[in-house]
Amino acid sequence: MEKMILVDYTKCTGCRLCETVCSVMNTGACNPERSRIKIIRWEWEGLQIPTLCLQCDEPACVTVCPVKALSRNSGSGCVKLNLSLCIGCKLCMQACPFGAMSYDFIKKEMIKCEFCDGDPACVKFCETQALQFVDVSNASLRKKRSLGAQVLMAIGKSEGAL
Amino acid sequence: MTLKSKIAIIDLTKNEIRTEPISEKMRRLYLGGRGIGAHLIYNHVEPRTDPLGPGNVLVISAGILTGTMAPAASRVHFGGKSPVTNGFGSSNMGGYFGPELKFAGFEHLVIKGASPKPVYLWVHDGEIEIRDASHLWGKDTFETPQIIRDELEDEEIKVACIGLAGENQVRLANFRTGPKDSAGRTGTGCIAGSKKLKAIAVRGHQDLKLAHPKEALQYAKKVVDQIMSTKVAKAMSVDGTSFIWNVTNTSGLLEFYNGQVNKLENWRGLTIEAFEKYKTGMAGCFNCTVHCRHQFRINDGAWAGTFGEGPEYNTQTALGSFGADNWETLLVGWHLANKYGIDTTGWSNDVRGVMELYQRGIIDKEVTGGLDLSWDNANQLIPILLEQTAKKEGLGAILAEGSLGIIRELSKYSKDVEYYILHVKGLGKLGNVDRVQPSFALGIATSTRGADHLRSRPALDHYHLPEDVLKKLYGGYVSSDFRSYEGKARMVRWHELTYAVVDCIGTCKFQTVFFSPNLPAYKEWVNYLKYITGLEFTEEELFNIGERVYTLERMFNYREAGYTRKDDRIPERCIREPLKYGLPAIKGGHIDRKKFNKMLDEYYELHGWDKEGLPLPETLKRLELDEEPPYKLER
Repeated sequence: MEKMILVDYTKCTGCRLCETVCSVMNTGACNPERSRIKIIRWEWEGLQIPTLCLQCDEPACVTVCPVKALSRNSGSGCVKLNLSLCIGCKLCMQACPFGAMSYDFIKKEMIKCEFCDGDPACVKFCETQALQFVDVSNASLRKKRSLGAQVLMAIGKSEGAL
Repeated sequence: MTLKSKIAIIDLTKNEIRTEPISEKMRRLYLGGRGIGAHLIYNHVEPRTDPLGPGNVLVISAGILTGTMAPAASRVHFGGKSPVTNGFGSSNMGGYFGPELKFAGFEHLVIKGASPKPVYLWVHDGEIEIRDASHLWGKDTFETPQIIRDELEDEEIKVACIGLAGENQVRLANFRTGPKDSAGRTGTGCIAGSKKLKAIAVRGHQDLKLAHPKEALQYAKKVVDQIMSTKVAKAMSVDGTSFIWNVTNTSGLLEFYNGQVNKLENWRGLTIEAFEKYKTGMAGCFNCTVHCRHQFRINDGAWAGTFGEGPEYNTQTALGSFGADNWETLLVGWHLANKYGIDTTGWSNDVRGVMELYQRGIIDKEVTGGLDLSWDNANQLIPILLEQTAKKEGLGAILAEGSLGIIRELSKYSKDVEYYILHVKGLGKLGNVDRVQPSFALGIATSTRGADHLRSRPALDHYHLPEDVLKKLYGGYVSSDFRSYEGKARMVRWHELTYAVVDCIGTCKFQTVFFSPNLPAYKEWVNYLKYITGLEFTEEELFNIGERVYTLERMFNYREAGYTRKDDRIPERCIREPLKYGLPAIKGGHIDRKKFNKMLDEYYELHGWDKEGLPLPETLKRLELDEEPPYKLER
C-alpha cells in the first residue's frame, strides 16, 4: 500500500526534533541543514509549518531528471533517488515547486526524503503527531471524521469528540 | 565531532578575535556549558574589576550536548561579573540560539574590553565579524533580530540581543532571543550595554558529528518516552510551568505584597483557567517534546494584537505578587519587560519592596516622582514603571540600580529600608514562599548567583517521597517532611551540584530530576555523553564536575565581592514573620535562626568548606581547583 507523511501544522510545536533525527538518521550528525524535513517558523504569528517532499504522483523532479536518477515507486509511494546515476545538475531542485529537493553541501550530493526505508525517524519522534505515516487510502478519513464530529457537536449529541 | 566546537576570545577594545580548541583536560574538569563558562569567567575577569568596566567579560556558553538530540538540549549560558550581585553572574536560556551557535562551530564566546561605538557580532561557520550597530542602538529586542536578518539576508539567523534597558545599563537588564527566551537573571544585558555590544547573530551549517549515531538515536527515543510518561511532562505540555500556580496559591505557598501575606484576595483573575482566553497554542524549544511555551494573543482593549510566548510560573508569581488582579496586566508586563530586556523576577521583587516602603510612609510622592504606589494601582503601575526603569526616568532611575542600589539610595529615609528590600547577595527574591521549607531557604541563601530557584531548589521536597527513596537518591538520611531541617543540607548540596551538571550538559532543567525522580538524571547523562560524544564518565565523575563548578563559582564570589557566611543569608522577614495563612502545615511557618545556622554548618562541612563557607585547601586539592589562580587575594 502507498504511504504518505501526513502533516497537521496545527499540532506542530516547532521543536524541530524531526530535523535533528532526520539528519542523524541520514548523515550520522546533528545538523538541521542536512535534514530532509524543514520547519518554517513564523515566530511572531505563532505558526510552525513542517515542509517535506510530498512524493507527487507526477513529480516534476522525475520529469526533469536528465539521467533518470529519480523514479517513483508505486508500491511504497516514495520518489527515490539513485545516487549512482545522479550527476548533481540540480535541475530537480529548480523544478520542484515545494523546495523538497536539497543539496547536501558537505557530502556534495542531492538529498530528499525517502521515508527512511519505510520507518521515518521524524514521525517516530514527533510527540504531538503533527507528522503521521499513514496509508494514502486512509489519509483523508481523519479529516472526514473530524468534520463528522463537528456535525455531531453542532446538533448537540456530543461534546469534545474532536 | 560534537567536541570540536571552539572557544572564541573577542576583544572589543583591540578589535581582535582569536579562537582556541577545548582541551580534553578542560572537558574532564568542567565538561562544557556553565562549567567551562565558569572557568573562563574566573580566568578572564580582571580581579575586583568594575562590572561595568572594560575589565569585565561577557561569556556565552552552550552546553556540551546543546544542539544534539539529547532531549531539550537547547540551553546556552550568559555570564560574567554580575552588575547586580558583584559576584558570579550567570543565566541561561532555551530557544534556538544555543544550538545555532554550536552549528556555527563555537561553544563559548568570551567577549572582553569595550567598544567605543555600538557593535554587534556576526558569528557564522567558524568566522566572527565585529559589525557596526549604530542603526540598531535604540531598537527593542523584538525589532533588532529582524533588522539583522534583513541586512544579512538570511531568515534562519538566530539573534540574542539587549534592549533599551541593556543599552542604558540598567542593572537587571538581560539578554533575549525571539518572543520568549531570556537569560533573565544577574544582569548580563547590562554588561553588554557597558561594552556597547547590542547583539550576537549566529548561523551555522556545521555538523555535530555523533560518536555512535545509531545507539544515540535509539537511546534518545527511549528517554523521550521516559520523559513523556511522567505526569509532570503531560501537565507542562498543556499548561507550561504555570500548572503549579493554582496548587501553590491555594496552599498558601505564594507571597504577596512583598511577603507580608501568603494569600491573595482577588486571585481568580490569575489562574491558569483565566489564561485560556489569551492562549493560542503551545510551542517547544529546540528538540523539546514537552513544549511548555504558551503562545498568547491579546484580542481587545488598549493592547489588542499583542502576541507573545510565555509567561512562566515564575513571572506569573513575580508580576502577580503586588496587586495585579488580571492576566492582561501580567501579559502586558511580560511583553514590555521582554521588549526592553528586563529580568521580571528581580524587577518585581524590587518594585514590591519600594511599594511597601511607600505603604509604610518611608518614602512619599516626592521620591516616587509623583506616582501613587498604592497596591491597588498595580495594574496601572506595571507598564509605567517598566518603561521608567528601561529609560532610567523618574522612579525608574532608582529601580534601575537593583536591590543593592535601592537600599543604598533610599536608606537615607529610614534604616529599615534594608529589611523591606528582599534579596540575597543583591539578587531579588522570587514570589514564592521559602520560609516554611528549610531546604528552599538554604538553597536561595547559598546560591552562587543570589536568590534563585534554578541553582538548587529541591522541588522534590514537597512530594513527600518515602524516606528510603530519598536515602537512595541523596546517599544519606533526608527527612521527607518539607518543614524539617534534617538532612536538608545534604539535599540542597545534591541538587545544586546536580543542576550544575545539567547546566554543563545544556539540557533543560525541567526535563531532569528537578521535577520528578522519574525524569533523567546521572544514569541517562552518562549514556547520552557516551553515545553522542564518545566520552566516558562515571556518575561519580559527573557529580564531581558539578562540585568543582559550584566551588569555583564560590571562589569567584569571594574573590570579587568578599562573600562569606554572612552573605549566605535569607531575608530577615523569612525569620521574623511567620506565615499568616495557608494549609495547617504551612500557616505559622518561618525559618528558625538557630536551626538554619546549624544546617548551614552541615552544608559547609559536606562541601569541605570552613565555618566561613570558604573552600579548605584539601578541598581545592581534591577538586583540582588548586590549579586555578588563587581566590584569596590581598585586600
